[in-house]
Amino acid sequence: MGARAVTITSGKGGVGKTTTTANIGVALALSGLRVACIDADIGLRNLDVVMGLENRIVYDIVDVVEGRARLRQALIRDKRLPELCLLPAAQTRDKTAVTPAEMVQLVEDMRKDFDFILIDSPAGIEQGFKNAVAPADDIVIVTTPEVSAVRDADRIIGLVEAEEKSPPRLIINRLKPQMVQRGDMLSQTDVLDVLAIELLGIVPDDEAIIVSTNKGTPAALHNHSPAGTAYRNIARRLLGEDVPFMTLEPQTGFMGWLKNLFRVEGG
Amino acid sequence: MTVEIKGTADGLVVTLGEGEWNDVLAALAGRLDGSAKFFVGAEATLHVGDRNLDAAEIAHLRDLFTQHGGTLRGLVAEDGSTRAAARALGLTASTPRARVAAPPRPENDARSGLVVRRTVRSGQSVRHMGHVVIIGDVNPGGEVVAGGDVVVWGRLRGLVHAGATGNPEAWVCALQLAPMQLRIADLFSRAPDAASERKRHALPEVARIRDGKIVVEAWDEP
Repeated sequence: MGARAVTITSGKGGVGKTTTTANIGVALALSGLRVACIDADIGLRNLDVVMGLENRIVYDIVDVVEGRARLRQALIRDKRLPELCLLPAAQTRDKTAVTPAEMVQLVEDMRKDFDFILIDSPAGIEQGFKNAVAPADDIVIVTTPEVSAVRDADRIIGLVEAEEKSPPRLIINRLKPQMVQRGDMLSQTDVLDVLAIELLGIVPDDEAIIVSTNKGTPAALHNHSPAGTAYRNIARRLLGEDVPFMTLEPQTGFMGWLKNLFRVEGG
Repeated sequence: MTVEIKGTADGLVVTLGEGEWNDVLAALAGRLDGSAKFFVGAEATLHVGDRNLDAAEIAHLRDLFTQHGGTLRGLVAEDGSTRAAARALGLTASTPRARVAAPPRPENDARSGLVVRRTVRSGQSVRHMGHVVIIGDVNPGGEVVAGGDVVVWGRLRGLVHAGATGNPEAWVCALQLAPMQLRIADLFSRAPDAASERKRHALPEVARIRDGKIVVEAWDEP
């Protein structure tokens, strides 16, 4: 029995891969599981910042792969959750510093000590992406409800399918229910219509995320933000629980309720 | 025929047959000229058999593809020094045994059909000299290029080019025909720019050339 390796990827940059990784990691660790987050974005490391652990980095993933440090030395224990660890990326190197085979070996070495290994993929479809996907048992694709992000997610799904991994699952991030209702934003149905993969979660657009990201305190640590709750639900679904999707309808009184009713009827 | 071209789900496979090198080169150039449009944007793998080619000869082959808008991605060669020369030029190189993905089909490729049982996603390209049937969707950013007709048993929202080798009789049909771009032979039409004009729930339709224009009609004829 070893850890499950889950890679979080997207194709397009800036859709929330790193925030998603940090929050799922926190949510899983809160339920008592041993979780390691690996930042595979070598040269543009961010996961340490979002998790608030930047000042504790001594060794990084490249040091481990090149044998300058042991895994135990490079792993940083989270300051709030003892079950949560981070293996940071190197900032002074680039994606070619690690190969897919080395990533597979690294994750193999970590499996016995953890329940979950979350791998934060860089944007793009080049070597960084290949490194991040190589060791994955499960792949989670993050997109925002924008045509360009969905297009890139589709590209990534095609590449993942070619790898003959298990079918990837989808997180739709930063959905704004009001905009969807006005017809100004792609809805969950529009996104799934193109991508046609299983939905793992919908994260509403939430200012609390910006605040928590800047502070290095993932929103899933606390119960009072909609996005934090969404991430906790995603973690539960990763564990195989059947969690109903949150209703993301805006509160707009009786007429809004009536419109919603008809939208549901029509769709 | 000294040059054989096949469309596969991951690019064109060009096989050079027996013969004098200059004759084979001329035959290849002839095939590339004859179906120029087909090679635009295409990635090709070239099978050279047991020939011993130097870097200059391989570079010449590569440039031939480039001149026709395609890309020579890799070489399949039995000869080790040929493979080494290809790698030095930045091409992939493999031995024939490593790449027997699909057994060669006996029929002429241009008349045979290719059935693709999956969704053609963004960035994926299906190219085939004959007819193509897609059982699945063609998503935006995906493309299907066929020498013959194209049938999409699903939603066609990407790019499609039927009759790409210059056949104006070719047609395209789909359960939902809403391509980003639709080309038949050397004619071209595109989706309306305004999203509101694009259809959402359409009936099956056929696009073909009539009186020098691409027209779209309901798919009700047998």
